[in-house]
Amino acid sequence: MQLIRALALFALLPATALAGVLPEDRADLMYHYYDGGGVTIDGPSLLVRKKFAEKYAVSASAYMDMVSSASIDVITTASPYDEERTQLGVGFEYLRGKVTYAASFSNSSENDYNADTAGFSISQDMFGDLTTVTLSFNRGWDDVTRRDDDVFRDEIDRRIYGVDISQIATKRLILGLAIETITEEGFLNNPYRQVRFVDPGAALGYDYEFERYPRTRTGNAFSVRARWYLPYRAALQGDYRFYNDTWGIDASTAEVSYTQPVRDDLTVDVHYRYYMQNGADFYSDLFPRADFQNFLARDKELASMQSHTLGFGVAWEFKPSMVNFLGKAALNLKVDYILFKYDDFRDLRVTGVAPGTEPLYDFNASVIRLFFSGWF
Amino acid sequence: MIAIRRLPIVAMLSAFVALSWPAAATDGSVPAPEFNLVNRAGGQLSLASLRGQVVMINFWASWCGPCRQEFPALDEMYRKYKPMGFTMVGINVESEKADAERFLGARPVSFPILFDPDNKVSGNYGVSAMPTTVLVDRQGRLRWQHRAYKPGDEAKYIEQIRQMVREKS
Amino acid sequence: MTRARIAALLLLLAAASGCSGIEPWVKPYEREDLADPIMAWERDPVASSYMRHVYESREGARGAAGAAGGGCGCN
Repeated sequence: MQLIRALALFALLPATALAGVLPEDRADLMYHYYDGGGVTIDGPSLLVRKKFAEKYAVSASAYMDMVSSASIDVITTASPYDEERTQLGVGFEYLRGKVTYAASFSNSSENDYNADTAGFSISQDMFGDLTTVTLSFNRGWDDVTRRDDDVFRDEIDRRIYGVDISQIATKRLILGLAIETITEEGFLNNPYRQVRFVDPGAALGYDYEFERYPRTRTGNAFSVRARWYLPYRAALQGDYRFYNDTWGIDASTAEVSYTQPVRDDLTVDVHYRYYMQNGADFYSDLFPRADFQNFLARDKELASMQSHTLGFGVAWEFKPSMVNFLGKAALNLKVDYILFKYDDFRDLRVTGVAPGTEPLYDFNASVIRLFFSGWF
Repeated sequence: MIAIRRLPIVAMLSAFVALSWPAAATDGSVPAPEFNLVNRAGGQLSLASLRGQVVMINFWASWCGPCRQEFPALDEMYRKYKPMGFTMVGINVESEKADAERFLGARPVSFPILFDPDNKVSGNYGVSAMPTTVLVDRQGRLRWQHRAYKPGDEAKYIEQIRQMVREKS
Repeated sequence: MTRARIAALLLLLAAASGCSGIEPWVKPYEREDLADPIMAWERDPVASSYMRHVYESREGARGAAGAAGGGCGCN
């Protein structure tokens, strides 16, 4: 099963360093847990970074997903399965004056999907360090196979170009702007997933055929964000992102978050995120007949949908007495509740109704992140 | 498509064109701006009272990482060259003393610490990076200005101090 | 934004980076609040990159999550 659009793997690469000063040495060990829509995924995540002579930094990451999937697609067209995905990555940074050069490499593998990525970025401080501009380029090579099928094999070639500008506006306000273009070529769908079409002869009134996607996809994302320092010592941030691509998906994301230290050693944050997208041009929950058009999709990820997230986090900072080389440590717990709602994806677990009149699908997910951080 | 391919080259070129931050020597004709600031050890300290000595002025803040790294080196310089007519003042630029006190509690130094909470002195000295280290000669003239700090910069400071303590008042 | 416009913006920035005519209106010694750890875009990269992954594998949109930058006025 294609656990992820392997593009999502980029999301796991840690953000590149700021120009001017390399970030502190630290190690984070996290337990992550996702439960929603019949899918449970959990596992560990480790991230370590260290700098040398204030000029070079190295980071390494290891991440695992243990999947137990009985999602709606799986239940209606296949059978529940268990799976594992492992991702390893390394990164290098070199700081020279006001410029930071960074390179990163990672590999993600599961039994039917292998993804390699390489990324490069240049980050520079300008205008008295008020502005930081980062240019980035990422390249991905994915190998797609299918369980129990020795013959099928295909690829994805991916390029991501990005510009990120961070601007100090006032003594208490920092602004950000990011633009990213993602182009992919190859086998962009899921070799297991199927679409449905009206078939009066079939028992359920509809039948299935394999999905067919274009072999290219180009998307553009544009985001703005602002973070304010509130005088009683708290931070408020607003984000907005707009996305569209050649598959006809238009999406908007808006997020508000608030961070407040409540004691010397305790910090809490809360955030709300809203997401909406309209569906891909070739998406339909129910096609009128078999082989209806060139491209066919019934992946709910490409449907017309919205999601709402409410999240809370608490961080407790302490000085570990037992371990001498750690100057500072913290324990963090973050919990997020996500509601996914679909406008044109129906719940096929409901049978005995006319095809196309099943209730629209929605589900809740809980995401928990529990992690320990140490600074050395 | 072509424009995108050239971007990394453009970026690299811009990076190399970027300003670097070397130590700046002045021609020694500018008198160091006078100041009279609250001394952490009590009372006030003025630059005029230090005339006749080589004075190093370090502008620092508790929130500045490189300042944290520089402090031990500065302390060592102060102890070593004080007998030769060298002195140092650390001017804290924060608007509240609490963070500076906590910082110094963890990293005590022996050179005088002054407070510039309204940043008038920082402005007069044209502080454009944190930390900024300035060297004033025995006649009260501005001689060297170091913007920012990276481990190893203290070697330059020591070279300049040695040269300046040999000069006559 | 078209690619041509992005390229033009970058060239402008590249040229501008060499010019020192603009005086920073927030001086390095005034960056106290901005340097506070709670003002970082991403305080814990291990956690925020995981959340980005959760969304990108379930939603159609991706990219421009943005996390770089924010000079502290140091160095």
